[in-house]
Amino acid sequence: MKETTKPSENLNIVIVGHVDHGKSTLLGRLYADTGSLPDGKLEKVQAICKQQGKEFEYAFLFDAFLEEQEQGITIDTARTFFMWKGRQYIIIDAPGHKEFLKNMISGAARAEAAVLLIDALEGVREQSKKHGYLLSLLGVRQFAVVVNKMDLVGYRQDVFEGIEKEYREFLGQFKAVPSQFIPVSAKLGDNIANRSETMPWYSGPTVLETLGAFSKEAARSEQPLRLPVQDVYKFDARRIITGRIAAGRLKVGDHLVFSPSNKRANIRTVEAFNIEPQPTEGHAGQSIGVTLDEQIFVERGEIASHQEHLPSVSTAFRANLFWLGKRPLEKGRKYLLRVATKEVDCEVASIHRIIDTMDLAQQQGSNTVNKNQVAELTLRTKAPVAFDLSASFEATGRFVLVDEYDIAGGGIITELVHDDQEFLREEARRRDFAWVKGEVTVEDRAQQYGHRAAVVLITGGRHTGKSFLARKLEGRLVADGRHAYLLDGENLRRGLDADLSEEERGQTTEMARRYGEVARLLTDTGLIVVSTTNPFGLAYREASQAIRTLVHPAPVIAVHMSKTEEEPPPNTDVVLTGPTDFDAATAKILEELKRRGVLAQAIGAKPIFQYSI
Amino acid sequence: MKHLRQLEDQSVYILREAYKHFDNLAMLWSMGKDSTVLLWLARKAFFGHVPFPLLHVDTSYKIPAMIEYRDRLAREWRLNLVVGQNKEALAAGMNYTMGRVVCCTALKTNGLKQLLENKGYTGVILGVRADEEGTRAKERYFSPRDKHGDWDFRDQPPELWDQYKTTFPPGTHIRIHPLLDWTEINIWEYIKLENIPFIDLYLDKGDGTRYRSLGCAPCTTPIKSTAKTVDDIIEELRHTTVAERSGRAQDEGRGMELLRKDGYM
Repeated sequence: MKETTKPSENLNIVIVGHVDHGKSTLLGRLYADTGSLPDGKLEKVQAICKQQGKEFEYAFLFDAFLEEQEQGITIDTARTFFMWKGRQYIIIDAPGHKEFLKNMISGAARAEAAVLLIDALEGVREQSKKHGYLLSLLGVRQFAVVVNKMDLVGYRQDVFEGIEKEYREFLGQFKAVPSQFIPVSAKLGDNIANRSETMPWYSGPTVLETLGAFSKEAARSEQPLRLPVQDVYKFDARRIITGRIAAGRLKVGDHLVFSPSNKRANIRTVEAFNIEPQPTEGHAGQSIGVTLDEQIFVERGEIASHQEHLPSVSTAFRANLFWLGKRPLEKGRKYLLRVATKEVDCEVASIHRIIDTMDLAQQQGSNTVNKNQVAELTLRTKAPVAFDLSASFEATGRFVLVDEYDIAGGGIITELVHDDQEFLREEARRRDFAWVKGEVTVEDRAQQYGHRAAVVLITGGRHTGKSFLARKLEGRLVADGRHAYLLDGENLRRGLDADLSEEERGQTTEMARRYGEVARLLTDTGLIVVSTTNPFGLAYREASQAIRTLVHPAPVIAVHMSKTEEEPPPNTDVVLTGPTDFDAATAKILEELKRRGVLAQAIGAKPIFQYSI
Repeated sequence: MKHLRQLEDQSVYILREAYKHFDNLAMLWSMGKDSTVLLWLARKAFFGHVPFPLLHVDTSYKIPAMIEYRDRLAREWRLNLVVGQNKEALAAGMNYTMGRVVCCTALKTNGLKQLLENKGYTGVILGVRADEEGTRAKERYFSPRDKHGDWDFRDQPPELWDQYKTTFPPGTHIRIHPLLDWTEINIWEYIKLENIPFIDLYLDKGDGTRYRSLGCAPCTTPIKSTAKTVDDIIEELRHTTVAERSGRAQDEGRGMELLRKDGYM
């Protein structure tokens, strides 16, 4: 019965379900009955069983670890392969024991379809429900439910139908609909590859036929374009932006917008190795490389799209998350967030509720999420992130959290949370899209000046020496041959802000907006802008955030000065506490400018600085 | 062909993730069909360049044609080739008659560990495939190894969607497996599709035998086969039910589980 036709496609399928409900047995049977086992494999395992004095089980074919066979359970996911009717199946056998939930999730996250097993004798159990719920959360929409061990219940139709009714009701609560319920005995081979004589009341497809009916993932190519930037290469004369197209398609000449930086350029070429003729387009699923008609500075983590369908940008979103970490997830604790290729520090702003996957009951008021729990929460990121809602875009709508060294949780984004920078970010986006450029590019200026544009923003309370340090820094930069300028708030008050009433001048929002737009203009001239938050008094935290949003993506180097130990504003780069040695402080800021790639390493001679793109 | 491009896209993505996240990255190259396809995929991922060194752990018992092939491609493709060898063990007379697992552990596992330690590599790319052998079926794409190079298969990290484990404590390293989802047939189909140069030991040259899997000369036996072209090999594999590694002596009994737990490739 071995299948020998050429495959036209691959399909990843995961087998899940409660421990001991027969997942590995089903898999073993499927391979044996389709002639997909290597010669001697069956005999070898049978011989080992005989030698060890235990009954042969099909499960032993894939439980490769000694420990798995001794305990009779699957510990980790195994990938196995078989060919059937022109399709190559990669079957992922996921463990059902709750201790190995992270392995089950790792398996299911790779799958395009799933088979969920329920033991006819035991019925719907804890992990049957948890796995069903997690499949939905992981985005596995096509799945079939296999009711196994029908031989142990006398092949009774009423038992099968009872399980089907109970489980359908459970799945219905989160709108999951299986393609099929199939009564089988994996051990005896009923309705696996061959139709069973023992259950004449069942006229639906066998397990093998059901796998054949699973369709290859719906065409993500028809969606709007999402290309998360993976890396930027310059191995030779080409400056290639690479990434895997998460959705949509692109072609040479397309106008791309990169979010959140709002940088834009047209695709000049699509690059490839050993493909003749050179491709001119790409579609969802492809790992590609493109060159642009303009040398813009874009980084890993940005998402390229077409201008008509931009991704969301915010510093906060609401999500459904499952936690797999060794220590519980805690409200207020910091984690590394990874959305598509973006990596950014984030904080758990609030935990709205914990969801019990047994009965979908909700528990509120918790400050922690324990291992293997599912929760609804809001995350807040250190810098703006481009993303989508999971309901519209799968790949850019999901994320993982890294705790210390490990991926400890994952989830899907359910809602954009509006942050207080939204208004300004929208202003920046509209302004950047309409920005009229001259012939001289940002990179031309950087080459000529030997440094990139940046804002050095000195924050802190009153009388901490901010102005003095700013003057000193400007002087030092210019003496070193840099193009630097001290932007003092006083100069804006009497000029640009002269139309504002005294009361309006006391409002941080509008003052900071004007200040930020001026800084944006100055950075566009290639200057290093040195400034303080003096005009905003004690509202410097709010003001510096607004300035950051408006000058983005030019880097803001935040320097905080204080006389005593105090908590600096978020994202501070240099902290200066106590009586300040201004020469040492200046040197420290110069170091930071070098570290951030603003200043080239060599000073004096012809600048050797080059953009990383 | 579509399925090969899907596999290629996934492998290229993994290679680029590895290159982005590991400062001290290397790829293991045994000159066999799998690691040569892997090398080719690196050239795909990096547009004709291979921006990291290729490591060969030389047991001194390799078939001579493999070394010739290695040096020719290294020259033509401008590869940064780094050869490691457990000279101490060889000087002490280590060979397969001392036991296959003993010999593999000394010359390959320990040879590899010495090489990684000396050069301080924190990311190592390998061409292992899930369908080769049971313990490899359980691997992650990014698989951590502890300070001793050991694999803790009881407690593997979660791997979700396209997010891989790229952070690790000092002193440990990560093994990266871009070919996990490829089968033996896929490898040959891809060699044909891309016209990748391979060692002709894989073909029958008239005596009715060929190698299906290449290792050390004393521990690798050819199979009976009249496959003289890549097409013949693909056709043969579609009909065979003989395991790929049946000619590899180290697989007998629990050999591979023991070897791999201790850091074998």
